Amino acid sequence: MPGRRCQPGVSGRHRAGTGGGVDLSPVDYAIEANGLGKRYGRRWALAECILRVPAGQVTGLVGPNGAGKTTLLELAAGLLRPTTGAIRVSGRVGFVAQDAPLYAGLSVADHLRLGQALNDRWDAVLARRRVLAAVLDLRQRAGRLSGGQRAQLALTLAVAKLPQLLILDEPVANLDPLARRQFLDSVAEAVAASGEGITVIFSSHLVADLERACGYLILLAASQVRLAGPVGTLLASSARFASLDDLVVSYLREVPR
Amino acid sequence: MTWLAWRQARGPIAVAAAAVVAVALVAADAGRADATVRLWLSTVVVVAPGLLGVFLGAPLVAEELQSGTFRLAWTQDAGRVRWLALRLVVTAAACVAAAGLVSWIVTWWAGPVDRAGLDQFGSFDSRDIVPVGYAAFAFTLGALAGALARKTVPAMVVTLVAFTAARSTFRLLVRPHLLPPLVKAVPLDPATTGYGSSGMWPFIPGPALQPAPPGIPDAWITSVSILDRGGRGLTGSELARMCPGIGQRPAGRAPGGGSGHAQAPPGVVSAMHECVTRVAATYHEVVAYQPASRYWPLQWLELGIFLAAALLVAGACAWQVRRIG
Repeated sequence: MPGRRCQPGVSGRHRAGTGGGVDLSPVDYAIEANGLGKRYGRRWALAECILRVPAGQVTGLVGPNGAGKTTLLELAAGLLRPTTGAIRVSGRVGFVAQDAPLYAGLSVADHLRLGQALNDRWDAVLARRRVLAAVLDLRQRAGRLSGGQRAQLALTLAVAKLPQLLILDEPVANLDPLARRQFLDSVAEAVAASGEGITVIFSSHLVADLERACGYLILLAASQVRLAGPVGTLLASSARFASLDDLVVSYLREVPR
Repeated sequence: MTWLAWRQARGPIAVAAAAVVAVALVAADAGRADATVRLWLSTVVVVAPGLLGVFLGAPLVAEELQSGTFRLAWTQDAGRVRWLALRLVVTAAACVAAAGLVSWIVTWWAGPVDRAGLDQFGSFDSRDIVPVGYAAFAFTLGALAGALARKTVPAMVVTLVAFTAARSTFRLLVRPHLLPPLVKAVPLDPATTGYGSSGMWPFIPGPALQPAPPGIPDAWITSVSILDRGGRGLTGSELARMCPGIGQRPAGRAPGGGSGHAQAPPGVVSAMHECVTRVAATYHEVVAYQPASRYWPLQWLELGIFLAAALLVAGACAWQVRRIG
């Protein structure tokens, strides 16, 4: 399929492979972008991008390094302003930035207090429970936490504000396999715990991370969306691919460098 | 939410508080006549606002941008502008309190000597209320520099340079004209009028007659000029015509060899005396000054101007923080 440009996402709820029966209610999108572009100096990190992220699902954003994943997620989180086009995000956003930035001099308890101070809604009980479950010492300074602990604390801050949309930028990129598994389990737990159907989008350059957790996949390469759809549908539509990994790699091979 | 702003600036605020306590202890202990202590304490009041701007203002936004924590702070419900407003207000209050306290202590301590010296304008910058305005301005300037430079150390350097420049410019070029000066005309006095050049680098005017200003108690003399009845100034060529040979070394004598104040030879003194007497026939000395009663109006005016400037700069900082990204 040569000349594939930014493809609109396959409409989410209708053909989502996860739900089973056909849902005829109108499709909700948690994130919607049209003609989205972001330029840094002379380089376009994202160009002419069309994007639909279905609500109430876990979406994986995959792509090689430098594809524009961070730019896209930071645009959605309101940290960046688009150079062209627009991006619409519905609902409250919880955001965990790449490398989980925290205040090195502030303790774990200080961070929870910070979350409470800066948010209109805050579930202090949930935050404390999550921190204890992750075996974090409340008095420990964030600068002395391990990578896995940092990620857990950052996720706690994002979850305790009770968001409708959770955006995670490469949350497991620098974690060891055990911490990686624990983090993904925590995300799954948070999704299960939020009764209202939280939307999650998280990015990774490893397909394996996404395969287990995601119902929907968006492939970003060379500053544009190359493929989007429910994981089940994507796999079913092309029997020649044994795994999601093979599918993604075959698409990446066609992307102009 | 106040807690957060306080928590993030705790270190520098503690240092500033310790400095205030140190100043108070020195003032309680030292005799008021001690000139060295007097100079030190005045210097502390003069440099305190700049230091507050550098160490509390400059890192406020820059540190967040440099370490990436802005990605955490600015994606909470409060948003970046509310976050900035909160931190600016709380930290500015700490700066203003520190500068105000130090100035208050030093003003109290130096008061008796200041009053006896009848030179209140000589210590205008390091007494009473103006240091509060400087501190507020330096602090917001630091925050703006941080939002523009996005790195802490460059922001600190920019803050120090910009604040020093703004303050010196104000002192030299704006303050003398804040209120229209009073004018007093006196005859030129041959006994106290000299000849030479004055000024600071790079503003060194050519040599001219230098009349001594008349004694006006506790006033600030902003300019001394030599005018004729029509209000025209004494030009260099006019002076050279009236006093040929002025400023030239007397023939056959070497200068004093750089050994400080050598007494001028009697011939030169009498020539100078004659010259000034001749000039005084058509010219007189005109002094522009701010009388003693203008001290407090000028203090309030300067405080108001620096506080207003601080508000403007804080607005610019908020605008820049919104623009980032």
